[in-house]
Amino acid sequence: MFEVRDLTTSYGPVRALDGVSFTAREGRVTAVLGANGAGKTTLLRTASGLVRPQRGQVLLEGRDITRTPAEDMARLGLAHVPEGRGVITELTVEENLRLGGLHRPARTRAADVERICRLFPVLGERHDATAHVLSGGERQMLVIGRALMAAPKVLLLDEPSLGLAPRIVAQIFGLLRSLVASDGLTVVLVEQNARSALSIADVGVVLNLGKVVVQDDAAALAADEKLRHAYLGF
Amino acid sequence: MQQLLTTALGGLTLGAVYAAFALALCLIWRSTRIVNFAQAPMAMITTYIALVIIDAGHSYWTGFAAALIGGLLLGAVVERVVVRPVEGKAEINAVILTLGLFILIHAVAGIVFGSRYRSFPAPFGVRGLTVGDTSIALTGFGVFTVVAVVVVMGLLVLLFRYTEVGLRMRAAAFNQEVARILGVKVGRMLTLGWALAALVGSLSGLLIAGGSLVHPAYMDSVVVYGFVAAVLGGLDSPVGSVIGGMLLGLSLSAVSGYLGSELVPLAALVILMAVLLLRPGGLFSHHAERRV
Ligand SMILES: Nc1ncnc2c1ncn2[C@@H]1O[C@H](COP(=O)(O)OP(=O)(O)O)[C@@H](O)[C@H]1O
Ligand SMILES: [Mg+2]
Repeated sequence: MFEVRDLTTSYGPVRALDGVSFTAREGRVTAVLGANGAGKTTLLRTASGLVRPQRGQVLLEGRDITRTPAEDMARLGLAHVPEGRGVITELTVEENLRLGGLHRPARTRAADVERICRLFPVLGERHDATAHVLSGGERQMLVIGRALMAAPKVLLLDEPSLGLAPRIVAQIFGLLRSLVASDGLTVVLVEQNARSALSIADVGVVLNLGKVVVQDDAAALAADEKLRHAYLGF
Repeated sequence: MQQLLTTALGGLTLGAVYAAFALALCLIWRSTRIVNFAQAPMAMITTYIALVIIDAGHSYWTGFAAALIGGLLLGAVVERVVVRPVEGKAEINAVILTLGLFILIHAVAGIVFGSRYRSFPAPFGVRGLTVGDTSIALTGFGVFTVVAVVVVMGLLVLLFRYTEVGLRMRAAAFNQEVARILGVKVGRMLTLGWALAALVGSLSGLLIAGGSLVHPAYMDSVVVYGFVAAVLGGLDSPVGSVIGGMLLGLSLSAVSGYLGSELVPLAALVILMAVLLLRPGGLFSHHAERRV
């Protein structure tokens, strides 16, 4: 379970997050939606310790991780796939994957890499290639695979659909859905692409100018035409 | 023929030293985007450490090892104490700090070791070897120089490619933020990178000093040639730096042998300008532009 309480973050005079509270339950996909600049990326960056909040708390399985340094999050079970993907393009596919499992026992590393390659066969095929040569969809699979190498309890995804063809988005979202079902993963899915996100999410949280406007079942949000027009752009 | 051989062998030895120095600059540049101007005086200090130990009656190798360990520690301390406080600020701050350190270390060395020339021993002969009845310009110490640099480079390649700490270091160098969220302690990796760089710098200091004279400024011209070598090979690539060093050594040796040694600094400058104009990413870059 992942929870934020009254989370408030500013960049100088710009208040990007303003008292945000919500809970993402285990085995569920929680979509965080909102227009460009709503504060979605800031929310994830604050949660994973890359940005310090002014106020509020972040809880992972009930434990307060608000002031935990970013480099300790993976070990605690929080994985963050950043906006723009964060593939290290100078390294090979396998090296990127191995980086995901740094705090796991070294002897299971090879088996972990194999498991991820079974999940994403394209990664297995391009195992020794420099990540630089991967397509956008393959890069997205690589960073998700890399995050899964850490065997996380909570997975934070920042706009995984950005710049990808709808077919690839559907494939990746389908895989996410099955992972949530099989591993009981908690997923926080940040998206501007609200329609696709709501199609796989259980719950949606809508942000606007750093504040939560509404949170509800995904189906209820998708059915609310006024809300869709006002904040979700479809 | 004899002249060509002399030039080539002299160039290789010189090139190996430039290569080591360029490698030291490259290791720091690729992880922190800082050109460490203090590299030369840091290597000078560690060579003096070796000299003091050898003059006290210990073996050359004891001094050699002490200088390398001294380099490792000095690099780590410089990163922690001097560079870390300006981390995240504009890179120019750190570069200016390394220039300040350059002056500081010089002054300290002048006070502690004096500024006169002192001779530094070599573990192997510095006379040319003889093959049959012709003597060639290859010296025992020259062979040692090339071998030492190749071995150190090989060890670094093994470290970076095949060990987990090497993987962490590369991740931290290429993308600090992603490395952090994957659990890499980026600060430690930077310290380690500076330590290794200073170790390689110390090696070049020892190799230049061997069988020659040292004084507080004896490394200063090397920083120029080492920088040219690093730019030639692409500042981002350790292997490129080493090849750049070798090429520069050979070119400068040819200039010195055929045109006159007074033209060497000019030739180095011409090479630097040509590379920056024609291939700013270095001879082996895939990208058209270096990202600065
Ligand atoms: N590094 C930063 N420095 C200053 N302002 C920022 C920074 N990052 C984001 N912002 C501002 O914070 C607000 C929220 O941005 P962000 O979290 O990136 O939104 P989203 O991901 O929803 O598009 C925006 O007004 C943006 O301009
Ligand atoms: Mg964003």
